[in-house]
Amino acid sequence: MSVAAKGSARAALDLDEVRRDFPVLEQTSHGKPLVFLDSAASAQKPTQVIDSISDFYRRDYANIHRGVYELSERATRAFERTRELTREFLGASESREIIFVRSTTEAINLVAASYGRGHVRNGDEILVTAMEHHSNIVPWQLLCEATGARLRVAPIDDRGQLLLGEFEKLLTPRTRIAAVAHVSNALGTVNPVAEVVQLAHAKGVPVLLDGAQAVPHSKVDVRELDCDFYAFSGHKLFGPSGVGVLYGKAELLEAMPPYQGGGEMILTVSFEKSTFAEIPHKFEAGTPDIAGVVGLGAAVEYVTRIGLDRIVAYESELLDHGTKLLTSIPGVRLIGTAERKASILSFVVDGVHPHDVGTILDQEGIAVRTGHHCAQPVMEYFGVPATTRASLALYNTHAELEALAAGVGKVREIFG
Amino acid sequence: MSDLRDLYQSVILDHNKRPRNFGELEDSNRTAKGYNPLCGDKLTVYLVLKNDVIEAVRFVGSGCAISTASASLMTQSVKGKTVAEAERLFDGFHELVTGDSSERIDDGDLGKLAVFGGVREFPVRVKCATLAWHTLKSALDGAGKVAQTE
Repeated sequence: MSVAAKGSARAALDLDEVRRDFPVLEQTSHGKPLVFLDSAASAQKPTQVIDSISDFYRRDYANIHRGVYELSERATRAFERTRELTREFLGASESREIIFVRSTTEAINLVAASYGRGHVRNGDEILVTAMEHHSNIVPWQLLCEATGARLRVAPIDDRGQLLLGEFEKLLTPRTRIAAVAHVSNALGTVNPVAEVVQLAHAKGVPVLLDGAQAVPHSKVDVRELDCDFYAFSGHKLFGPSGVGVLYGKAELLEAMPPYQGGGEMILTVSFEKSTFAEIPHKFEAGTPDIAGVVGLGAAVEYVTRIGLDRIVAYESELLDHGTKLLTSIPGVRLIGTAERKASILSFVVDGVHPHDVGTILDQEGIAVRTGHHCAQPVMEYFGVPATTRASLALYNTHAELEALAAGVGKVREIFG
Repeated sequence: MSDLRDLYQSVILDHNKRPRNFGELEDSNRTAKGYNPLCGDKLTVYLVLKNDVIEAVRFVGSGCAISTASASLMTQSVKGKTVAEAERLFDGFHELVTGDSSERIDDGDLGKLAVFGGVREFPVRVKCATLAWHTLKSALDGAGKVAQTE
């Protein structure tokens, strides 16, 4: 496939080389070349990440932070190196503001439980938006149930864009925290998160940004955004599953009580009273996924080396191409047509349930997600039970989107 | 595409487009709801059960072609049957779509339901095909529980 010919971004991102980095892509499915369009659920892994994990297990593995021996020190260095890489990746000021967790979900639960315990009381309010993933809804609902606080929901418009004016109106003297997706997983909407933070801070409300869908597709700078918390998952950033990151401003994290108790997070333990370690260790109870964190470091390095500016430019071309192809098919409706979008093509085919679309595309070797994408309130808003979602990453090609469009054509053929 | 044509046979596509016995049943004495959390398919089955015979059966719901057509064809095939006969049909249908049975299924007993034979090549779609039947069973049992495929 020649990629050098069209457009500067395509020339800038060496697609052939990128694709060679992802061994899983070199296979067929149902006799057709695999077209992987489900990276928003979980992205594939480059050799660099796979090797970093197996090399670490082969040469450097031991438990971290407590060993007096050389191997443990080496493992600790590799683990802490990822913390520093992640700090740089997010533009945080200090590496102690980077906490390793299992996933975005755990990061949000950590903030809901720990920050929530200290700050949210009966009658208080927590503000989210109508386009949140379940993992940025349910932890807050649990907090509301435990405290008597109330969950408020900022509405979206028919294109799937946050109504900023409504969001601002819902920031009341009782609002204790706002939790907002940076990029919507079901719609692809890129939220104006800098404005969101400004509006919230003007009312003294801290902001958590759910960056699960944002970090693989945009440059994030937490200091520029001035957000108070930022959460993302390693596996959507071409890293391993089981590892996620919570960034939090140091002064907030320091004031928060521990989330889980156990080893690593303590300073001293007695049966009368235990004292806790400094951040980030206060929030990292138990032996973590050490090799997973090392793999996340390799993923951060990988994305950084390719360059997010190149990735953004290339994916924007892909998204335009896919949008044009799908919207030119009669009976296909895109769900989520925001002015600013990233990497998601969520759509419905007139008269055909997404589950049937998914099965037919699968027979063409095309992997898409069908269902509510853990965003049932979004589906309800758009009046559909589910959608078919094709999600893009840096390794996808224009030809794969053409295969998707041809597959949707087959769907219409079969269903007449 | 031959596999897909086995799955999406014309009878299935027809029942998806124009489901039979679709709608509520006002004088029903048994109802049950079914839910497939994997794909969000939801349906409600209404029965008039008298002297152990299914005198009337209707359904409402939304789902994929396989689940809608399965519900539609199910209502046709269990109407007028005794509870035991309906349960035997369910067993036969289940074997047909899962391919669990080592013996060759006698399609003749299942009648039109045999069009679902293609489902067994698509393991992730088995639950779509069986949701209506699980819901029927739940209605017959009268336990009032939501039938779930998960």
